[in-house]
Amino acid sequence: MEPKTLFQKVWDDHVVVQEPNRPAVLYIDLHLIHEVTSPQAFTGLRERGLKVRRPENTVATMDHSTPTLPRALWVIDDQAKIQLGMLETNCEEFGIQLYPLGDSRNGIVHVIGPERGFTQPGKTIVCGDSHTSTHGAFGALAFGIGTSEVEHVLATQCLLQRKPKTLEVRVDGQLMPGVTAKDIILALCAQIGTGGATGYVIEYTGSAIEDLDMDGRMTVCNMSIEAGARAGMIAPDEATFAYLEGRDFAPKGAEWDAAVERWKQLRTDEGAAYDKTVVIDANKLEPMITYGTNPGMGMLISQETPTADSFDDSSQKAAFEKAMDYMGLTPGQPLLGQKVDVVFIGSCTNSRISDLRLAAGVFSGRKVADGVRTLVVPGSHDIKKQAEAEGLDQIFKDAGAEWREPGCSMCIAMNGDNLEPGQYAVSTSNRNFEGRQGKGGRTFLASPLTAAAAAIAGEVTDPRSLLLS
Amino acid sequence: MAQFTTLTSHMVPLPEENVDTDQIIPARFLKVTDKHGLGESLFCDWRYLKDGSPNPEFVLNEPESQGAQILIAGNNFGSGSSREHAPWALVGWGFRAIISTGFADIFKSNSLKNGLLPVEVSPEVFRTLMEAAQLDRSTKVTIDLPTQSVTGLESLEATFPIDEFSKHCLLNGIDQLGYLLSFDDQISKYEQRRA
Repeated sequence: MEPKTLFQKVWDDHVVVQEPNRPAVLYIDLHLIHEVTSPQAFTGLRERGLKVRRPENTVATMDHSTPTLPRALWVIDDQAKIQLGMLETNCEEFGIQLYPLGDSRNGIVHVIGPERGFTQPGKTIVCGDSHTSTHGAFGALAFGIGTSEVEHVLATQCLLQRKPKTLEVRVDGQLMPGVTAKDIILALCAQIGTGGATGYVIEYTGSAIEDLDMDGRMTVCNMSIEAGARAGMIAPDEATFAYLEGRDFAPKGAEWDAAVERWKQLRTDEGAAYDKTVVIDANKLEPMITYGTNPGMGMLISQETPTADSFDDSSQKAAFEKAMDYMGLTPGQPLLGQKVDVVFIGSCTNSRISDLRLAAGVFSGRKVADGVRTLVVPGSHDIKKQAEAEGLDQIFKDAGAEWREPGCSMCIAMNGDNLEPGQYAVSTSNRNFEGRQGKGGRTFLASPLTAAAAAIAGEVTDPRSLLLS
Repeated sequence: MAQFTTLTSHMVPLPEENVDTDQIIPARFLKVTDKHGLGESLFCDWRYLKDGSPNPEFVLNEPESQGAQILIAGNNFGSGSSREHAPWALVGWGFRAIISTGFADIFKSNSLKNGLLPVEVSPEVFRTLMEAAQLDRSTKVTIDLPTQSVTGLESLEATFPIDEFSKHCLLNGIDQLGYLLSFDDQISKYEQRRA
């Protein structure tokens, strides 16, 4: 048999029809929906008199515009209220499982999918959200779609897809203490740029990937889209199976054993070829930080920001100058010592229990610097409970950070958690676009360790200096 | 879906690279529950000043831009989120085609479902078109989908790629969901086989 990549195996398994010169009709195993990108899709269904083909394979949550202030679950405005209400009505009418605001199983869509055990190796998973790539950490083919496609999947459980190319990102070596999964993916974005993987599905391989826990693998796959790839995948292994075993919707008993046997086949065969390979040496990585207005504008935290001379291309030069101007930074300056106003620890990139443990390790016995507003927003109620059982919430609160309810919060700033114009933030989220975290806000993307260190120091700081002391 | 065959228009030049979907339509406008009315919020944070008045320095507000149906923008246009609100806002303003040297995947896919044609050209052609658009804002070009060509400038010979299926759908105004629904039997068989 011809050797196949992990991607090829999952793809081939889901092609319903492939007509010549037409996109494949690809079957979707799991469809996740949320309040922001689904209303128009349900309207479309109603207009055509269609039903949801597989409501049992569709799961809904509220996360984007939900409030995160404890005990005062006020929704920001009437428009958001109407949108949340529509999701509730749509799920009721079409028989879809919804984890609404206030439900103990509610949380960010890309956190609760794996947490409840919906996300499994070999599945095709889509959601009207570009960070659906997160679920690829389990060896699933998972990617973001637009609202028209949400309607397509609701109606047919299928999508029309052209087969993407494959990019292997091999991360050799071993991460040094203080360097995390987030630093790997920020390094990739810096190396290949935000359009570097456009048209590809990434498979992450190599010793530094295998060494990551599932939370770390999700962080890496989450930001595949920030390099332009719609999906990122990691072959499932014992860590994957250990994570899933016993979860609500994971197979049980004999079905579990059969599933694990099946999942063990989901590896790229020896001799299978990728269309392209990029190599990163984990040994050489440091904590990473972005300086500009897209995730590709990143550097080692000890470096100085580039100068216009660093770019050959005139339009890249212009983009760099525009970004530095927006960020209020001087080309060539270091970021270490840069004052920060806000620290945000959360988002579908870095709001899981491992992330909170890392941050708590830095906060423990320390205080947030005067004048720094620090938000810690767990990804789900399960994570919140777990963190509280471990006493992490107390560490955050004792340090002077705000311990919030789960949600997307300041990553997308739709719910009232946002930066003020001109403020600097170190954020564990995934996008530093202009205005992303609030109009005029300036974002440095970094790991939970680096974010926590910035909160303590009140300025951009190498977290390794705090880990050693 | 709106049909697309051939389009002749002047262009709005936006040379910035990596224009992301948060710039095209900021997240605070995503709380809408229909597809209409987003045109006035297109490029909102670049287009309006703090007091809400139009920023006279932003290209979309220039008198020469009015009525244009073609946007010509820097590489990697539409990167970032999957929000279909981005093409809805562009179409809402009046654009029917975007010329660039590269588009983000999800944005491209969303545009094609809304009758908004992504026209991917070589860096040389891009430079020629961008210079012409900036030099004389009334410069008109013609984008012809059947021949996959851009014409209108002297000595310009430009073609662009598009997959056959998307072209077929745009030329005939065909909605992709209708096509997908025609596979109902095969989908059922696939489901039975896997059950």
